[in-house]
Amino acid sequence: MTGLLYLIPVALLLGGIGLAAFLWALRSGQFDDLDGAAHRILFDDEDERPLGPKEDD
Amino acid sequence: MGPPTRRDQGRPPASIDATPAPVLAANSPPVAACAHCGLPLDGDGAVRDRFCCAGCAAAFDVIAELDLDAFYKRRDHGSDARPLRPDADSPTIDYGAHVEDKGNEQGLNLMVDGINCAACVWLIESALAKVPGVTWARVNMTTRRLTLRWQKDKAEANDLVARIAALGYRLAPFDPIRLEAATDTRDQALLRALAVAGFAAGNIMLLSVAVWAGTDMGPATRELMHWVSALIALPAIGYAGRPFFHSALSALGHGRVNMDVPISLAVVLATGMSLWETATGGLHVYFDSAAALLFFLLIGRYLDSRARGQARSAAAHLLALSARAIRVLESDGTQRTISPGQARPGMTVLVACGERIGTDGRVLDGGGDVDTSLIDGESLPTNVARGDLVFAGTVNLGEPLRISVTAAGDDTLLAEIVRMMEAAEQGRATYVRLADRVARLYAPVVHGLALATFVGWMVIGQASWQVALLYAVAVLIITCPCALALAVPAVQVIACGRLLRRGVLVKSGTALERLVKVDIVVFDKTGTLTEGRLDLIDTRRYASADLRLAASMALASRHPLSRALVRATPLTTVAEGVREVPGGGLILDTAEGEVRLGSHEFCDATDLLERESPEVWLRKPNESPVRFAFADRPRTDSGSVVADLQKRGLDVVLLSGDRRRAVADIAQRLGIRRWMARCDPVAKVRQLETHHHDGHAVLMVGDGLNDAPSLAAADVSMSPSTAADISQNAADIVFQGDRLGPVVETIDVARRAGRLVRQNLGFAVLYNAVTIPLAVAGLATPLVAAIAMSTSSLLVIGNALRLAKGNTS
Repeated sequence: MTGLLYLIPVALLLGGIGLAAFLWALRSGQFDDLDGAAHRILFDDEDERPLGPKEDD
Repeated sequence: MGPPTRRDQGRPPASIDATPAPVLAANSPPVAACAHCGLPLDGDGAVRDRFCCAGCAAAFDVIAELDLDAFYKRRDHGSDARPLRPDADSPTIDYGAHVEDKGNEQGLNLMVDGINCAACVWLIESALAKVPGVTWARVNMTTRRLTLRWQKDKAEANDLVARIAALGYRLAPFDPIRLEAATDTRDQALLRALAVAGFAAGNIMLLSVAVWAGTDMGPATRELMHWVSALIALPAIGYAGRPFFHSALSALGHGRVNMDVPISLAVVLATGMSLWETATGGLHVYFDSAAALLFFLLIGRYLDSRARGQARSAAAHLLALSARAIRVLESDGTQRTISPGQARPGMTVLVACGERIGTDGRVLDGGGDVDTSLIDGESLPTNVARGDLVFAGTVNLGEPLRISVTAAGDDTLLAEIVRMMEAAEQGRATYVRLADRVARLYAPVVHGLALATFVGWMVIGQASWQVALLYAVAVLIITCPCALALAVPAVQVIACGRLLRRGVLVKSGTALERLVKVDIVVFDKTGTLTEGRLDLIDTRRYASADLRLAASMALASRHPLSRALVRATPLTTVAEGVREVPGGGLILDTAEGEVRLGSHEFCDATDLLERESPEVWLRKPNESPVRFAFADRPRTDSGSVVADLQKRGLDVVLLSGDRRRAVADIAQRLGIRRWMARCDPVAKVRQLETHHHDGHAVLMVGDGLNDAPSLAAADVSMSPSTAADISQNAADIVFQGDRLGPVVETIDVARRAGRLVRQNLGFAVLYNAVTIPLAVAGLATPLVAAIAMSTSSLLVIGNALRLAKGNTS
């Protein structure tokens, strides 16, 4: 049972790190443009290769 | 493209679905669609055989010059995407005034209209990135906003904006602080609360499961678990519960009860009770229930807020785009640009050809045609001369006007119409959501039950007050407003999301609920059932030489009929030396004599046909005049939409401000039996009230400013995204694209959403009927409560998800 004394704080700490990371991401505007972010990975700067067939929505 | 009226912005002549998306390299053969905007090229020629208009050709050149033609490969022509067409006549604002100085660089925030897909984002960003000195150019695709930073002086702003405008996008500066402050911070606060509640619920649940599973657990360990749970729960619940506590307190302060009251009470009591149990070494604590409850509820709340935030930002977007500047002529002959709100009666205002008039006023000099469609729905322009009154919101089509301001800002006819609209809207604000109606019933019942449980255990069960209170709290928790609080938002969000993908924006949270009850659909004519612009009919009937000559002259004028002629024959050259005779037409001097293009009298046409449709005559020297007839064509699917609505048991009515003949003609073509012509805004509202008194619920679909009051007065209202901004603000629902189909689709989705909401509420009631007796009997341990709560929430959400798939019918 003494293991609990270590494990509970560790679990909380890990959860807390996750929470802090989320709040940081939120504050730094990473959730501001979810639609754009999905498409941006397809932008290539100098490369003029045609993209593959895109799905119409 | 046409004058900058809302209804003439690149309205596609036909649905885009039918045309294949043009994929082209610089040397591709001519296709039957414009190489820039993808509209079909009608007529027997086009600008350089590949473009539908000069604006598109220019935009294509700009893109090619920047070496960005990959744009054409990347974009997807969604069925409802509005093509980009550069609007040469948009009034110029000095963007320099909106620039923020950020030390060594300048910043500018702009709203962008016309973004259809990721390719647009890429095009705008790439076009700006190529400008030396630009350090940051990013388009937010969700909010359609562009943030710009560059390193030179403020004056650069206008060049940068002009660059994007040349590509066909419309831009407007906005003040991010004023616009975003309210909605964004609220959404963000909810999201933060949601994260905290999720963290707390997860961790406390871990500890609680340990307690429930640990049959051999000693009391000391259990108490440790409880204390740790309390340690997590108290700050988390204090933080994450704030949105509910605030709302509950303000409701109680106004002597009302909303859904947040029982929620807050349950959470606070459960937490307080559990803390007491923990301190006294009790067996059962409900920290996990309280945290999970908040977590589920916050999900519903956040979804709700985000769906509405999207609609709000769209409305703000439209408002900002409508901001226009007016030019004032000072007594010393200098010109100044001011905003319409700063104008005062007596000032002299200059209105260029094609510009929207910003104030009410009397014409001092100049004259010619004014497009009043926005105010009265009239499809033909009205002729004004010196001494006539003109109104804010109309568009000057003739020669430049000087007007003396008679009313500006809040005193214009336009503002009066807006006020009328607001008055009508007041009446609609009294509609109470189904969820709130349920809450009114729910709160007293639940609280009564909890109280009865407490008293019952004290008096009949002879229990101590702690035990009695524990059971009463269990009742509060188990009655679980989760299912109820999620029942409506989950369905709403999924319905709105589904519609949004189809280009329908639901602005009001109660619109879908109200739509279910509708049994009469009232349409406006111009711009709603019809395309909202005049087109030449029977293009093939005319000799192409005549048509070309007429169009080459018409290029010199802004009259809607001239524009229609030009659209019908997309050709390149404008005839040299065309003179315009105000109120008459155009004259072109040629070697043979003068060629006249204009009204019946102007061309001395002698045949006395019954002239009901708008027309233009062309008289060449020594020849009999030729008559060109025009009509405002119905949207491609108007007929089938009317039939579909009638099939669904809805009565279709047509109310229009246009001439009797034009209205009768359309009504007959579309199979609408009930119609009225010559309806001014007041008459329209009166008609709606009549229906209302007869016990009908009315859906109004309209687009003009003259429809705005009736849009506000109807039970539910829809307007196309090409509508006047003011109508879009008055409407509950805005739909995009050039088809009316979304009206039917929205009604179907609303009806199905209504069914699902009722199912969900029914399920919540059923669930409560089963679990409440358990709680009253004292059998609802934290484990039972947790299982019951989660399953009910999941069931309700799962049921709502059914709306996301399958057909609506």
